[in-house]
Amino acid sequence: MWRLVGCAPMELRSACHPLCSTTPIPGQRGVCQTATLPIYLPAAPRMDRPLLVISTFCFLFGFAYTMHALGARVYRASRLNFFAILIGFLCQTGFLYLRGQQVGRCPLTSLFEVLIFLSWALVLFYLLIGPTYRLSLLGAFTSPLAFALQVGALLLLKDAPVRISLPVNPWMELHAAISIVAYGAFALAGVAGVMYLAQERQLKTHHIHSIFYHLPPIRDLAVANGRLIFTGFALLAVGIGAGFMVGNWQSHASKVAWSLGVWVLYGAIFALSKGHRLSPRRVAWLSVAAFSVALVTLSGITFITEPGGN
Amino acid sequence: MEILCFGLSHHTAPVELREKFAIPDGEVAGLAAQLRAAPGVKEAVIVSTCNRVEFYVAAEETAQGFAAVGEVVAARGTAPDAEGFHRLTTAGTIRHLFRVVSGLDSMVLGETEILGQVKKAYAAASEAGATSKHLNKLFQRAFNVAKEVRTKTNITRGAVSVGSVAVELAEKIFGRLANCHVMILGAGEMSELTAGAMAARGVHSIFVANRSYDRAVVLAEKMKGKAVHFDEWAREFHDVDILIGSTAAPHHVLTAAQLAPIMRTRPDRPLFCIDLAVPRDIEPAVNKLDGVYLYDIDALQAIADQSMGVRKQEIVVCEQMIERHAVEFSEWLAGGWTQAGVRYSATVSGAEPQQAKT
Repeated sequence: MWRLVGCAPMELRSACHPLCSTTPIPGQRGVCQTATLPIYLPAAPRMDRPLLVISTFCFLFGFAYTMHALGARVYRASRLNFFAILIGFLCQTGFLYLRGQQVGRCPLTSLFEVLIFLSWALVLFYLLIGPTYRLSLLGAFTSPLAFALQVGALLLLKDAPVRISLPVNPWMELHAAISIVAYGAFALAGVAGVMYLAQERQLKTHHIHSIFYHLPPIRDLAVANGRLIFTGFALLAVGIGAGFMVGNWQSHASKVAWSLGVWVLYGAIFALSKGHRLSPRRVAWLSVAAFSVALVTLSGITFITEPGGN
Repeated sequence: MEILCFGLSHHTAPVELREKFAIPDGEVAGLAAQLRAAPGVKEAVIVSTCNRVEFYVAAEETAQGFAAVGEVVAARGTAPDAEGFHRLTTAGTIRHLFRVVSGLDSMVLGETEILGQVKKAYAAASEAGATSKHLNKLFQRAFNVAKEVRTKTNITRGAVSVGSVAVELAEKIFGRLANCHVMILGAGEMSELTAGAMAARGVHSIFVANRSYDRAVVLAEKMKGKAVHFDEWAREFHDVDILIGSTAAPHHVLTAAQLAPIMRTRPDRPLFCIDLAVPRDIEPAVNKLDGVYLYDIDALQAIADQSMGVRKQEIVVCEQMIERHAVEFSEWLAGGWTQAGVRYSATVSGAEPQQAKT
């Protein structure tokens, strides 16, 4: 979809939603069929990036504090890490709100915003799951991933928000937002998978480290992993369904195929684990591997379809 | 006011003397009240456990206090000047009590049971009207010290006996043990102790299989479990979560080849194998199967030793905490602090009052 061939100026190429399904009109190269000219934001100081930087440091702090405490064998389950992540989440939310105001829609107009939204969804699931299941150290394992996503976005990706004056299509917004939230669930499933593998390795090898006493029981991690995979699977189904409601899905068959592929992959993992065909250890490995593959392909596809990305 | 400690412990007296001198729970409060009524004695608390019997006394004078305790001890048929008794004066008593409640003076370093026992002894003395300002303050401070030591150090970290290590590992695999089914192969002493520790955590059921069925029945009744004929243990095995092997068999009772097909039918259900037998009952290769966690007696002992090593490393930090609290309490006792925790010397000199660190 939306492969610009050269006649449109660079600034025009950033007008279309990278997750949208709009198709260039034949004969009107470089112009999205529903697009109008983008409106560049004024050069006034933006408050969104400082919020993002603060949230990134919150995740770094939460991770570093926990690792230091574990290394020094003085770790005590406390709410400090949770509150660091909560503050980071509030800053993320502030960033996404301001960015949404700037671009006039759900802030998923570039790979930069997609990664931040994914980090937000990951932390959202942690905040929902963490206190409910009381999975000790889940935050300590979540914060480095959230930190990595945001640092990667801040350092490696161009961030040039553009107000798009297209009318907002609710199905498109729902499709994009729910899909990324589903990836947040998959991300946290991957985090739970890493924790499971770390704990399981210690149990198998009999090499007990100080972290062993703080990690949750492997059965609890396996249960959380399975529920997160199912949650992501169900949300992605809704996201894909909303995508079909946008219409004209044939024009972005590669993205549809990729989304369906991810959905089928997680569905297969869930079905096999529920059908007693996969051990929790294999489900943990698969949840890590599947999220890694999904993240790379999401970034790749978003980058390719992003204006200027190709 | 002097605070004194007289008594004996596992450090100073053999079990023969401790058991002779032990005071039954029902007599502790009455004896404390009796001591409280002795001349020169203002307050008294008596701590009596299997590892120590100690009299804590607040007295106007040291000699009077020890003499009063000596009379009580003599009345119970033991010479107070016999070998094995320790006598501590104020500074030593404060530090000693703080160390006792923190588990530093226990036979098993860092054990937590002693705190409950001291709390119980204090409550009994308090209800009998044998405590007042000084011992109330001392014991309350001691309980705070114990809490601080336990929450800010690793003195209670990890299990330090084979049975408790097994329980800790089971909880790291299954979480709560309430839904776990335990099977004991071989009704030995070690397996009984380990299964008992599991039963204390509320496991769902216990099966006992032994070559002598009668012995299996006896142990099963003790554990409120079910006896199984040894030839039929495999039939009951499918639902088992924790297997404790302790037979005298000269060969492996459970092999990887036997277990692999069973585990394939329950991939989402882990199996924790505890092999306490020598020669081992369970083939080491079963640890390579998905979802199977095998620990033999050496592996369990190694973890217990590791935990004890961690606890020993924490002693210095614990002692520093105790010393700080002991100094503060000694200052209060010497009149440096008012009831409200404000330093006398500061208010007298006109300086800003300083809040006590309690």
